[in-house]
Amino acid sequence: MGQAYTPGLKVSKYTLIEKQRILPIKGKILVEQGTKVKPGDKVASAELPGSVVIERIAQKLGVPANELPKFLKVREGDSVTTGQVLAESSSFFGLFSNKVKCPIDGIVESISPVTGQSVLRMNPVPIDMLAYIGGTIKEVLPEEGVIIETKGSLIQGIFGLGGERMGHLKMLVDSPDKAAPISALDASCKGMIVVAGNYIDFSFINKAMEAGVKGIITAGIDDADIKALLGYEIGVAITGNEHIPLSIVATEGFGKINMAERTFALLTELNGKFASLNGATQIRAGVIRPEVIVTDIETESAVKEDEYFLQEGKMVRIIRNPWFGKLAKVVKLHSELQKLETEAHVRIVEVQLSDGTNVNVPRANVELIAE
Amino acid sequence: MSTDHSKMERVVATDCGSTTTKAILIEKRDGIFRLIKRGEAPTTVEAPVEDVTKGVLNAITELEELTNIKLLENNNIIKPRRSGDEGTDIYISTSSAGGGLQMMVAGVVKTMTAESAERAALGAGAIVMDVIASNDMRPIHEKIERIRHLRPDMILLSGGTDGGTIKHVVELAEIIKAANPKPRLGISYSLPVIFAGNQTASKEITETLGSITSLQITDNIRPTLETENLMPARLKIQDLFLEHVMAHAPGYKTLMEWTDVDIMPTPGAVGLIMQKIAKKKNINIVGVDIGGATTDVFSVFGEVFNRTVSANLGMSYSISQVFAEAGAENIMRWLPFKPNMVDIRNRIKNKMIRPTTIPQTLEELVIEQALAREALRLAFIQHKSLAVGLKGVQQQRTISDAFSQKTSGETIIDMFHLDMLVGSGGVLSHAPRRNQSALMMIDAFEPKGLTELTVDSIFMMPQLGVLSQVHETAATDVFEKDCLIYLGTSVCPDGQIKGSGKPALHIKLEMPDGKSVEEEIPYGEIKVIPLGHDEKAKAEIRPLNGLDMGAGKNKKIDAELNGGVVGVVIDTRGRPLDISLNDPLRVQNMIKWFNAIDMYPQEFGKLIGG
Repeated sequence: MGQAYTPGLKVSKYTLIEKQRILPIKGKILVEQGTKVKPGDKVASAELPGSVVIERIAQKLGVPANELPKFLKVREGDSVTTGQVLAESSSFFGLFSNKVKCPIDGIVESISPVTGQSVLRMNPVPIDMLAYIGGTIKEVLPEEGVIIETKGSLIQGIFGLGGERMGHLKMLVDSPDKAAPISALDASCKGMIVVAGNYIDFSFINKAMEAGVKGIITAGIDDADIKALLGYEIGVAITGNEHIPLSIVATEGFGKINMAERTFALLTELNGKFASLNGATQIRAGVIRPEVIVTDIETESAVKEDEYFLQEGKMVRIIRNPWFGKLAKVVKLHSELQKLETEAHVRIVEVQLSDGTNVNVPRANVELIAE
Repeated sequence: MSTDHSKMERVVATDCGSTTTKAILIEKRDGIFRLIKRGEAPTTVEAPVEDVTKGVLNAITELEELTNIKLLENNNIIKPRRSGDEGTDIYISTSSAGGGLQMMVAGVVKTMTAESAERAALGAGAIVMDVIASNDMRPIHEKIERIRHLRPDMILLSGGTDGGTIKHVVELAEIIKAANPKPRLGISYSLPVIFAGNQTASKEITETLGSITSLQITDNIRPTLETENLMPARLKIQDLFLEHVMAHAPGYKTLMEWTDVDIMPTPGAVGLIMQKIAKKKNINIVGVDIGGATTDVFSVFGEVFNRTVSANLGMSYSISQVFAEAGAENIMRWLPFKPNMVDIRNRIKNKMIRPTTIPQTLEELVIEQALAREALRLAFIQHKSLAVGLKGVQQQRTISDAFSQKTSGETIIDMFHLDMLVGSGGVLSHAPRRNQSALMMIDAFEPKGLTELTVDSIFMMPQLGVLSQVHETAATDVFEKDCLIYLGTSVCPDGQIKGSGKPALHIKLEMPDGKSVEEEIPYGEIKVIPLGHDEKAKAEIRPLNGLDMGAGKNKKIDAELNGGVVGVVIDTRGRPLDISLNDPLRVQNMIKWFNAIDMYPQEFGKLIGG
């Protein structure tokens, strides 16, 4: 029986999850190894250096840069406040004076005798790093962050928008081949992560934002609606920093596609649980997929690792036309190259569609779905 | 490298790409170096393996299996070659894994020193993330934020001519200092900064940046306004790439010990082989490598080498950016049917999120090839805008007389003098029909006059580039015999004729079998005359009705045309090529041209409702 390595998206009811929570710059760690944390707990904090303002002091005073030190009222490293005099020159025996005042609150980072300008840095901006998922601190990376370990449900999507959000899961549909009606978005959805079924459109997203929804999980979405939402085209697949009040995770792709049964069943089972959702997606070396994580699971059962080998009998999703989005069962892995309609010769897999017909698909055009 | 490689008979070479590590085995057989086999394996720079050598060993293991030659022992390459036919004489490698070399460059004047710095960095094989210039109109705090945010692998700082004012370039150094940038890989080492500007400012630059960066000073890239001196900066970039960037990537220290010459950034190596070939054949070349994420364009014109990388134009990860940059209308105009916009958008995005999928239907193939044309066209526009003469001055770069009289700042890519176009990358190298590669390149690059069209069969130019440093003959032998597939010659008159059906060109060919072919081709047509690989035909070509083949309007040219797997492709659609989505005859014309070059199989008719 042939087999081939075909990575799919992870959809696990109970799996080991590890999250690195790394500060953008060095800072303070607020927890210790072994500490139990909840998703909303602070685990680390840092102070982001403030923005920089360049003040052309010598030019404003009208003096040569190398003579600037004579006129300075501050030194490198001094704290300064808005309106404070940085330098002053006088002429006509002190009759006229020319002052350069500080435009910000912060510190004098440097003063250059070559250019006669000063770098003023605004006061630092404090940032807090939340745990994002519940679990135990496995490792503290001094000054940099922590690694949290937990067991729970993990659903990876294929594409997402927006960053980390937290909220309770709410099912708006009862079947993976249905789209939730806009009317389902009522006041009860505020602060929730809603499961919207096989498709959402622009009006649905708009209404969800109005209703205060934190996150939407959908099978499919139209690219044209994403453009309408963001006001620009997504060029390179790096997302997560969009300025939108909710995050979106698409589990299957672009267009109207039914949600995989297993994903839908797991979400239904998790209905009402507190979830962590991140739309951040990066599709290059160092792939990041959007995710939904639920750590609030009562039953302890053995962690089942997903398998990534394509074998006869396994279920796959076809991820390219002409059967895009269809689920099928592997019938045979043909080892010899076969000719496609395009005349390309490729390795193919023979699969059976749900209506019983067998079709040949390039191996590159299927992905495994766990049963 | 002082080792004597003259007796070398076997070479193992790898290219460690972002996703795949490709290994090739080259041997001297009957006095000529030939490619024997090619193996590949996934690159293993990232988790869970995090050791590039594992992928290299796996790719070489595939070579072993395919050739029955023992090349490895105890996870090491057997070197030098032993009796009993084990091992290899040398091992060499290139690398673009981990996103390649990502740089920022800075210069005082955007169109002068900053542009020279950009050319230096690109030529060394880097991706230029941003160009900071004193006069780029951005407020200083924005530049500082940008440097801090992008986290490059390296910064090239230039500015000022030697002995000139130092104020502006020191100001740029102060901006870099204020940003206090951290390198992308690892937070434990200082960011390499190369200063290649006004040498008089070296002391002040050292005072400003010496303590917070790993500062290296090299010769000024613009010692005077009239001269550009890019090589010292390029070599310094490649040294630092190895010392700083590569040395911090997992497994590279070991890999560096294995190789007989320094590991080169992949595009740097491609540039090297192109330059060697152009010099050897005394021709002007444009080469393109269209990948999943980026498209690189290389040119050698009159011995001047230029390389650009369009970091966000590619056929999978970046396919959506091609759509965004080209615009829907420009993509759709290449489709021989009326497209459904919502559907096409979704298909493109689905390719982006599942980048390894391949077209199964003809319709999907036609859409991908439409996108490829636009990616290539845009990358070439970008290349032409950077491959220019020095701006603001009379040009004094070492180029042939043919180009020395150009207005400063004008592109040196003269399509009439382009002798050879080399296409590589999946969509061109692996197109089901070579005719498709030929037409995609003609549509995207719009060659004028006579141009030989070729594709790189399996993209082994990187390995051949490094090999050319060790053994030039071996590299050029393999390049000509096994690397390039000759498609044929394109014959494309410049200019346009108003009104259809008028004659555009009269061609008389003396074929290798002694027969002669004579035709008058109307405007707006594509015509293919079969002429096989290694065959030549004497041609007499007269452009008509004001068109130009390079000698002037309506002036006849005589030439010898090289054949190939496609043949002689005569394109009388005019230059610039004018294909608009709104032209009522567009679909009809597309079908006519596709049929003329035998672009797609019979089933194509069903796709377009024929």
